[in-house]
Amino acid sequence: MALRMWASSTANALKISCASKPYLSLSRCFSTVLDGLKYAESHEWVKHEGSVATIGITDHAQDHLGEVVFVELPEPGGSVSKGKGFGAVESVKATSDVNSPISGEIVEVNSKLSEAPGLINSSPYEEGWMIKVKPSSSSELESLMGSKEYTKFCEEEDASH
Amino acid sequence: MPACIHELFVEFIVSVYHRHHHTYMHAFGIGLTGLVVALGYLMKQKNHHISLPLQLLLPRRFGITDSSFYVCGPALKDIKGKSPSLKFERRKKNTRPGILVRQLHIEEQLLRTSSENWCIINDGTNDPTIVMGFSGKPAELLEIESVLHDQVPVIRRFTGGGTVIVDHQTIFVTFICNKETVPDLQPYPRPIMSWSSSLYSKVFGGIGDFHLRENDYVFGNHKFGGNAQSITKNKWIHHTSFLWDFDVRNMAYLKLPKLAPAYRSARGHLDFICRLKDYMPRSTFIDKTVEAAGTQFSLRSLELEAVVTCSETEFRPSTRFLTNEELAAAAAAVSEQQLGLP
Repeated sequence: MALRMWASSTANALKISCASKPYLSLSRCFSTVLDGLKYAESHEWVKHEGSVATIGITDHAQDHLGEVVFVELPEPGGSVSKGKGFGAVESVKATSDVNSPISGEIVEVNSKLSEAPGLINSSPYEEGWMIKVKPSSSSELESLMGSKEYTKFCEEEDASH
Repeated sequence: MPACIHELFVEFIVSVYHRHHHTYMHAFGIGLTGLVVALGYLMKQKNHHISLPLQLLLPRRFGITDSSFYVCGPALKDIKGKSPSLKFERRKKNTRPGILVRQLHIEEQLLRTSSENWCIINDGTNDPTIVMGFSGKPAELLEIESVLHDQVPVIRRFTGGGTVIVDHQTIFVTFICNKETVPDLQPYPRPIMSWSSSLYSKVFGGIGDFHLRENDYVFGNHKFGGNAQSITKNKWIHHTSFLWDFDVRNMAYLKLPKLAPAYRSARGHLDFICRLKDYMPRSTFIDKTVEAAGTQFSLRSLELEAVVTCSETEFRPSTRFLTNEELAAAAAAVSEQQLGLP
């Protein structure tokens, strides 16, 4: 994680850019992708355990967003819909929507993120989890990407830009 | 191979300020001078150049009484293979209070509900207004006592970033784009920021040692432009408030932020910021911004269609004024904390 952050920071500090397209990012997908999780194209992950699915944003996402300074999360008891936003993260100058990979009822929200939003950067798959949901459709989980597919997706996305 | 034909159609409409004094407690008249420009965006396709027909931009009233907004938008759908257009929104000063909030509402609505690309240039407000970012905490960022005493309006906007105090000497420039609009641009904060700085590099062309420093536009190490963004699944917005000039007294309403860029080096406001007017005439800046945008965006055929206002849709914007009660409560909470009270 530290090496990735250093590589990304160095690239930014050196202002490495192409002459014609200075906004191209040269950081490639050094991000961690965990087996056993499912992934959405909008870079959220889902961990399904029993009747509950835990959701957060991936290492790739947090790396590209930068230091997270604020997290907006919904209240427990609400619902989420596949592909729709349920919250937002703020990183320095930008708010970015976080979208739910699945539909269901929110049963728990990670309250630690209000005081320690940086957990999303330091531990995106563990302490940086965002909400826990009771899924309403098992088919939605199956339609998500596995780890290999998501790794390839990230590589192709970074390579195309 | 067809010749590449760049067609630019630019229409500048200048509206006139009208000052309004409102008797409401938060009274302030905000005037907006709008500038509507239609530009062309020609995206070269590989071994293929696309020419776009030249069409007139027909402004139409936006549908707000005491009309303040003119929106120019295409009635035509994007033609496959043709470059997306960039539409400019005209802002004409309106005498009703809360017009800056209204602008932010419309920007938020365009981000959330429009499939078009937009550039909005607003030529300032009337009275000083504080605009905080998405997660801004008033007690940390503002001298609340002074703000309440002087009844300075405080807005919490939908984009991230820091706190600014804006007035008639501020120029606002906003880009709202679909994520595929700019080739090879990843819809993340740093690439978007970098793209914007490359556009403004064309505007300033070496003047005053302009560059993007951390996330600010600077001349040397003095900030004159503050940026903020919001990124959704399919679109992004990047807006900038340019300090054309400022009243030093207004800076007294703002505290030194805890989250400051490293290059600020703990400098006070007046040592940290500078005035754009010292580097470029106002009209030149706006002209050159339009010109720079024109190197990347092209004008599509534009016919006006009715643009639905926030009140006519289910969209509910998040940008809003903070009430006096909220500001007072924030100040009280900090006082209690400092006194060790529960």
